This record gives sequence, C-alpha cells and structure tokens, in this order.
Amino acid sequence: MEVAKHWREAPERYRLEASKCNKCGKILFPSRLICPQCDCEEFTKINLSGKGTLVTYTIIRTAPPGFGDLAPYAVGIIELEEKIRILAQITDCNPDTLNIGDKVISKFRRMSEDGKTGMIYYSYKFVPDVGV
Amino acid sequence: MRDVAIIGIGMTKFGELWEKSLRDIAVEAALKCMKDAGTKRIDSITIGCMSSGLFNGQEHLASMISDYLGNKHTPATRVESACASGGLAVRTAFMEVASGMSEYALAIGVEKMNDVSGDKATEALATAADGDYEAFHGINFPGLYALMAKAHMHKYGTTRDQLSQVAVKNHHNGSLNPHAQFPMEITKNTVTGSARVADPLYLFDCSPVTDGGAAVLLTTVEEARKLGKQPIVVISGIGVATDTIQLCQRKDILTLEAVKLAGERALKMAGKTIRDIDFAEVHDCFTIAEIMVMEALGIVEPGQGGPATESGLTALDGKFPINPSGGLKSKGHPVGATGVAQICEAVTQLRGEAGKRQINNAKTALTQNMGGSGGSCVIHILEVK
Amino acid sequence: MIGIVGYGTQIPRYRITVEEIAKVWGADAPSYKKGLNLNEKSVPAPDEDSATLAVNAARNALIRANVNSKELGAIYVGSESHPYAVKPTGTIVSEALGCSPHVHTADLEFACKAGTEGMFIALHLVKSGVVNYALGIGADTSQGAPGDALEYSAAAGAAAYVMGRDNLVAELLDTHCYMTDTPDFWRREHAHYPEHGGRFTGEPAYMKHVSGAVKAILDKTGMKPEDFDYMVFHQPNGKFPVQMALKLGFKEPQFKHGLLTPTLGNTYSGSSPLGLAATLDIAQANQTILVISYGSGAGSDAFIFRTTNRLLEVQNLVPKIRTQLDEQKMYIEYGAYTKFRRKILKPE
Repeated sequence: MEVAKHWREAPERYRLEASKCNKCGKILFPSRLICPQCDCEEFTKINLSGKGTLVTYTIIRTAPPGFGDLAPYAVGIIELEEKIRILAQITDCNPDTLNIGDKVISKFRRMSEDGKTGMIYYSYKFVPDVGV
Repeated sequence: MRDVAIIGIGMTKFGELWEKSLRDIAVEAALKCMKDAGTKRIDSITIGCMSSGLFNGQEHLASMISDYLGNKHTPATRVESACASGGLAVRTAFMEVASGMSEYALAIGVEKMNDVSGDKATEALATAADGDYEAFHGINFPGLYALMAKAHMHKYGTTRDQLSQVAVKNHHNGSLNPHAQFPMEITKNTVTGSARVADPLYLFDCSPVTDGGAAVLLTTVEEARKLGKQPIVVISGIGVATDTIQLCQRKDILTLEAVKLAGERALKMAGKTIRDIDFAEVHDCFTIAEIMVMEALGIVEPGQGGPATESGLTALDGKFPINPSGGLKSKGHPVGATGVAQICEAVTQLRGEAGKRQINNAKTALTQNMGGSGGSCVIHILEVK
Repeated sequence: MIGIVGYGTQIPRYRITVEEIAKVWGADAPSYKKGLNLNEKSVPAPDEDSATLAVNAARNALIRANVNSKELGAIYVGSESHPYAVKPTGTIVSEALGCSPHVHTADLEFACKAGTEGMFIALHLVKSGVVNYALGIGADTSQGAPGDALEYSAAAGAAAYVMGRDNLVAELLDTHCYMTDTPDFWRREHAHYPEHGGRFTGEPAYMKHVSGAVKAILDKTGMKPEDFDYMVFHQPNGKFPVQMALKLGFKEPQFKHGLLTPTLGNTYSGSSPLGLAATLDIAQANQTILVISYGSGAGSDAFIFRTTNRLLEVQNLVPKIRTQLDEQKMYIEYGAYTKFRRKILKPE
C-alpha cells in the first residue's frame, strides 16, 4: 500500500503543476531542486495549460500488469504550449485514428487502483482536441 | 593507469534455466571464466545485476556470490545501471586493476528472471524507466522503444521491413552460437506474424526474458604476458555517459545522447575513431535500438540505420558486422549479464575462436551496453595487443 | 443578488443504444424506446468516474465564471456513485482545482438530487455572506442491473455551478424544497445494483414530489407556468418529465431544450443540472427558468433563475451540451460496455 508516494505526486498529476526557474525561465515538469540549464535552485510554481501536440505515440497491445483491461490504448509524447514534453495516455479515442501532429488537451482521469479495496490513482491524460 | 587485459571469459547457456538458481548461474559463469584464464587468483569481484531484489528476493550479492565462489573473503561490489549493469561491472573491475587496487579483478554479470511470473518480471523491468512519470502511465519498455520507432519511421522513413531485418540478421548469427537462447533462423514474416506488442513493434522485435551469467577476469597486460597469454586482448577505452531517465525529456528523442557521448569518450581514451572499429556488439533490446545505436555511434548518418541494415552493412560478412553473437534478440537478455556477455563475444572473436560466426581479421571491437530507454550507456573498446 | 456566475459540464464520449442492450436480453427495443422516450445513453470510459467528471465539469465552470479557483470558499459534490464509500470526492476535486486548503468541502447524497442539493447549499452560503463564491456539482456514473429496465437509462455525466454575488449569468429568484420519506428506490450497502418499487416510483414518488415542489414555489412567488421561458425537470427517462410538465400546465417549447434524456440517458445527480446547463447554453438575456430536481427517498429541490446579459458572453467559452451530445460520439457494443462498467472482471 503506497499511500504517501502517490499523495506526494498530486500537484503534478492533478493540476500539471510545474516549476519555472527564477533565473533563466526554464519550465520544469516535474519540478526539480536544481535547474539543469543554469544551476539555479529557486523556482516559482506554475500550472501548465494542458494544450499540446502529439510528437509521437504508440498503441500498447500487450499491456503491463494493471492495464490489461484498457488495451489497446495509446500512449504518446506530447509537446505542450510551454514547449516542454510530457508522456501520457491518449484516451477518448480510437487509437488507430491518431496521427503525429494531432492537437490534444489534458483531462483529469482515473489511472489505476490498488486492487478493489485500495487507493484509486488519478492523473492527467490527454484527449484529441475535437471541441467536446 | 596501468594497461588492462582480459585473460579469462566464461558464460552459462542463456535461456530458461529452471534447474539453476541465481547463485548457481553466477558461480558457474565465474568458474568457467577462471578455468579459461588458467588461474584461481581473484583480488576483487564486481557483480553486475539489475534487480536480484525484485526477481529473486535477494540482495547483498557481494556477500553471497563471493561466499559461494569459495568463501575466500574477497572484496566484492555490486553495481547497477539497469540493463547496463554488466558493462558497468566490467568497468569497475577495469578500474580496480588500472588503479593498482587489485591485480586480478573478476566481473560477473548475472540475472535470473524466470523465478517470478511474467507480470512480476515486467514490473521489475519497468523500474529502469521513470516510475512516476512513465511506468505509472501504463507504458512498458516495448512501448518506450515503440515511441522512438514511430518517430524514427515518421522522420526518416525507416520501414517495417528494415526493423525486421535486424531481428533476421541477429537470429542468423545466433543460430551459430551454442550459448544462444533462441538459435534459430527466422524470416521477416516471422517478425510481423508474431503478436503485436506496442505499435509498430511485434514480439519478435523484442529481446526475451532470460536467465544467464557471464564473467571476465581482468589483470595487467604485464601479468597476462607472464601467464603466456596469446593473443593478449586489452581494454583500450571505456566511456560512460548518462542522459535523462524520462524519454520525453531527451534533447532529441531520436538521438541516444548517452550512447553518442559514451562512444566519443571510449574512442578518445583508446585513441581511435569509429572507422578503426572492425565490429561491434550492441544493445539490441529492441530492433529499433540497434538502428538508433548505429546512428549514435556514427557508424552511419542519422536516419540511415534502416537502409544500412537492409543493405547488409552489419551482417556477419558485411563491412561492419554488428552482434555476431546473435545480439540480445537471439542470444537472450539476462539483464545484468548482457554487458559482460558482449565482452565475452568480443574477446572470442578477437582471439579467433568464434568458429562458424568468426569475423575475418577482427582486431578491434566495440561493445555498447545501455540502460533503460537510453538513460545510461557503457562502451568498451577492445583490441588485440 | 445571488446566482450562477459560471456553469460547466462533462459528458463522456461513449454511447450505447437501446437496440444494443435489448439485443442481448431478447427484449423488444422499439417498445423500450417508446416507453422510455430514450434512444441511447452515455457510458463512462474505464478511466472516468464521478470524480473525474466533476473535475472536468468544474474546470469548465470556472472558465465561464472567470473566477480563480482559489476564490472558491466552498465545494460540494453530489453523487450516488462516489468513487469511495468512505473518503470524500470533494477533497479530490478541491485538490485538482487547486482550491485547498482554505475551503469548505462536503460530499452529498440524496439519490438523483444530490447535485441540486449542492447547488442549493452553495447559493444560500453565498447569500449568507460566509463565502464569496461556492461550487455545487452533480456528477454520476450510476449502474443499472443487467437486463433490468434501469439498464437502458443509467448513464453518466456532470454539471458544475459556480455561485456568487457578482457578474452573474443567471440571478436566483427563489428556491423551495419538498421532501418526504418515500421508499421508491434504494441500494443497501454491499449491494452492487439498486432496487426499485416498480410502478410505485411513478405517482407516489416522482409525480408527488415534483408537483409538490412546483405548486409550492409557484404559490410562494405568485408565478404561473406560462410566466416561464424555460423549465427543467429531473429526467429519469424521456417520458416522466414530459407527462409531468404537460399535466402541470407547461408546454413543449418550454422544456424541449432542457430534455436531454432521449440521447443521454439518466445522469442521476447530473440530470436536472445538465438540463439547466443545456437551457443556459441557448437562452437569451432576461429569461426565466424553473428547475425542479428529484431524488428518490424522496424529495425535490426547486429553483427559479433569471438570465442576465452576461450569459451571452460566456455561452461559447467552453463546449456546449448540444455539441457534447450530438458530435464526436463513439458507439460501443454490449461486450465493451460490460467491460467498461466492470460488470465482468478478469480474475485477480
């Protein structure tokens, strides 16, 4: 039962909370203690817009444990408006219809659970930006 | 730094070794290695093993393996860098000898993956990725490499056939290797006829789950001469580099920066360029990996890995043979053992003892061992002195 | 003046038709469609639940409201399918919106009227002056037992309302609540599916409380059915609310925009809140809307709103209900439906 580990990730998973380096402006998701660009150790918290473009994706057909019920599902690397990249599932779509370059937006979704009686884990996922 | 030679190599068969435990496999490889070296003296042991904790419920391998190797109270270290643990173990043994800390340093790579279910093995392997930002989101290793494959096909026009050719070539080489897990020839149709794992990759694009162990014994060139070793195979260059653990944070997801830098560092130390290398053992955990590694090492230009494979550049009789052992795909991939097994193959080739898979005139070799989706890389340059 | 500052909704993209369900159980689809005035319903994806629908609806509401989540003083989530039996959905929503820690949060339950309960409390909390803005959300992903009549209609969706004093899109004119202890529909702990009283759910339950609330609020305000531009009733199917509305003296043009069940199904705590949102999507300024919810057990909450000019400025800021209902639908078969709804499970 890994309660603390998941609770700690809530700002990132629930709100796409990132850090902006106070010195060079680099945006870091997830947040870090030291900026890889300028070594500065001071940051300001920001929330990412959740809007982006699909850089690449795959369709997982042989799923890892815990994700078998979802297969086949798409996982992709998305480049957000803020010019940083994030890996996430692409949901609410027929994965076979996705294309590199598709516009996607983030949604709050249910990721997995620790069995039928354990904690439920929520997180960001992305959906094709089709106006719904 | 003193010059370091490899005077002994040993490997177990790679495969599903139901009757052998983790310690059996490690010790068997080490004993074979010591017999090959013709000496019983070991001043230090370095063990490369990715996760005996998750696969076998066993840590503290330093004590256990030194103990079961004869309990000579030998100093022992375990190192880990996911799938590059084996390469790192060889480097650590090299440093022991080069620095004067030890005269005879043994490096053992081992992984016993089949004592847990397929699901548990997948979970253990997933710890080589970023747990909170990759594995949590339902991606596995085939998925991470599939992300690279799809982008590679999109940008460079790499074809499905070219990916399949990597597996076909490696299986051909593996069919000539008595240690290989899957020593059978296959065709491109075998690859695309196998189960789809993560588009565009099929089961046969992926290296298997394997039990196995490999060991090398290092000493000074001077000691090697005293022992009358002929030819003397030396490690003339080592390069290690790390990169972001998350694939999406790489500067360019199609450039394996860790491989590129490790290669540059190793070649610089050896005083060589990639043109001086006769053949390479590379980390084909997935077919796309071999293609991208070729490009990162500068064997071909970026994007040209597919066409080069298709044209036969990397075949056993090609201008730059890659994975004469059969690679991870056909030989097998007991994670911690792979890096050491690559060294064993390179030494075998350089000694002229590779039988049906012998590369003609093999004088200089490069071995490339990689962790996770490219987060770490260890490269060795070996040559005949 | 208090009222709605912003509203937002989230409806899943998946759908299943009455024909598809009837086929499996050997039932007569046309008679179900006619009897329920229902063609298809929304199905939550395996990665959706009441919490996710609530968050996504609330985010849309905050955009229309143009209010920073940190200004919310209270958040109420009403559902009969809260993800945990014990652990608040409200805290998950608060965290996802970035409201915590200085906010009052509660989970509400009252069968299908848990959503309007939250709206009622949010409105009156703002009125009392204790908070500046409060959020009331109705969200559900309820289940119907396989082969039961409710399986055709049990759907999923969420609507969220930011209530406040300024920049209203709709002013609150009055509220009324009508409630008795009536056992028309219930679910015991550990029971997977609810049970209901068959025909008892009609007159003594839905009809009595809806008409009771309507009569009371009309008396209170001195208004008559013809005074309203629009009305929204709780809509467990496409039949009851229409029968009820006509009987009470309302006409089709008044309720047709808010009647979503025929292509959405019954979204339980989201039912009348979504009907209201659909009405707000198309309303002009200065129009009156009567909203009557119904929750089994039983009770009705009544609200009268009057729209403002500002409504027209926000309608298009986020996806409208008609867009979500008519476009980008993904139809699934019964097998996928049972897997999505966890009616069949792989062994552990």
